[in-house]
Amino acid sequence: MAAPTGNKLILPRYRRDPEGTHPPLDSPGYRSTALRHPKQPLVLLPQMLTEITGPLLGPGRIGELDNDLTRQHAEEPQGQRILVHGRLLDGDGRGIPDSLIEIWQANAGGRYRHIGDNWPAPLDPNFDGVGRTVTDADGRYEFTTIKPGAYPWKNHDNAWRPAHIHFSVFGQAFTQRLVTQMYFPDDPLFFQDPIFNSIPDEKARQRMISRFDYRRTTDHWALAFEFDIVVRGREQSVFENEEEEE
Amino acid sequence: MTTPSQTVGPYLAIGLPWADGPTVVPEGTPGAVWIRGTVTDGAGNPIPDAMIETWQADPQGRFDHPDDPRGRVPGFRGFGRCPTEPDGSYAILTLVPGAIPGESGSMQAPHIDVSVFARGLLNRVVTRIYFPDHAEANAADPVLNAVPAERRGTLIAERTADGYRFDVRLQGAAETVFFDV
Repeated sequence: MAAPTGNKLILPRYRRDPEGTHPPLDSPGYRSTALRHPKQPLVLLPQMLTEITGPLLGPGRIGELDNDLTRQHAEEPQGQRILVHGRLLDGDGRGIPDSLIEIWQANAGGRYRHIGDNWPAPLDPNFDGVGRTVTDADGRYEFTTIKPGAYPWKNHDNAWRPAHIHFSVFGQAFTQRLVTQMYFPDDPLFFQDPIFNSIPDEKARQRMISRFDYRRTTDHWALAFEFDIVVRGREQSVFENEEEEE
Repeated sequence: MTTPSQTVGPYLAIGLPWADGPTVVPEGTPGAVWIRGTVTDGAGNPIPDAMIETWQADPQGRFDHPDDPRGRVPGFRGFGRCPTEPDGSYAILTLVPGAIPGESGSMQAPHIDVSVFARGLLNRVVTRIYFPDHAEANAADPVLNAVPAERRGTLIAERTADGYRFDVRLQGAAETVFFDV
């Protein structure tokens, strides 16, 4: 915990991620980065009060059916029903409780309910592709949804996005804010996808792939996939070190 | 162990915006100001599929958060979220934050932390909004002082009729200063 000692402010700090964990902002294989990545070097920002705090957005942000994307309309959506579950953790393996998780995705045909999506797969009148939930005391979450379809895009010749669900999490500090994409095991489209492959570190890249979970797969109802999301852990503060030395 | 960042993609507008996202405080709140701006790319074109998020202290410089060592002050959400319009514009209604303690007894000038998300941005970029009204505090601010003097201006909002203007230029002439947090 943070602690004031005299006029000196001692705050927790969050570990910076190892090189290769996150994609370079300039990733030429993903063409849209060309005009959108800063060319000047980033300036190192010391983590002070604004950075070690963050919005704590919980139950007030969600409605009763927000975590079940198959029950938001009169009838069920088309496609393979799936359960997606896991934990929101910090880098030390601690679950982050009471924290908002938001997802959005394409329908079973690979089409988003968005005015800009021209892929001629049909829209599903019973599927918005939008979900929200709040983690429980152990950092657990779950969504019921439909397995999204792959879809073509214009990035390169014969370019297809692997099936994915967008995840947005806050953690408990500005330094932990993360938007990522969850992928499915053994997707044959990984090899040609510059967004998935923008992550330099192979092990880090694999952390975006969910695990098929037969234990939670329910007979005659839904396949299950497990996806843990890990945000940065805390460094031990000077204050904590001093305590340990005593 | 951290899960890697990925782009929000072109369709973030279906999942992330909230009806009350742009209003950190309700309209009509005394002292509230609109912070308006445009997000542009390296060709100077507006970015219609971006989103701005803001995080800040209240006017007394306090956070509604348990890690504020001065004690949590509940009641001020401190968080704003606004997707960009087709012309690249965004708008956040908020209160100007107070000064915030820094390291070793120093004070930080009033500021707002900003995250920018967009198609084509594989990871969010982070910047800070400072205010032109606090010239003295800005001159003493440790973070502003770590920024090359000729680029510092990109972090200082301009006064407008109903608040401030703060443009985000992801690339190109007068590229906004972005931070590694």
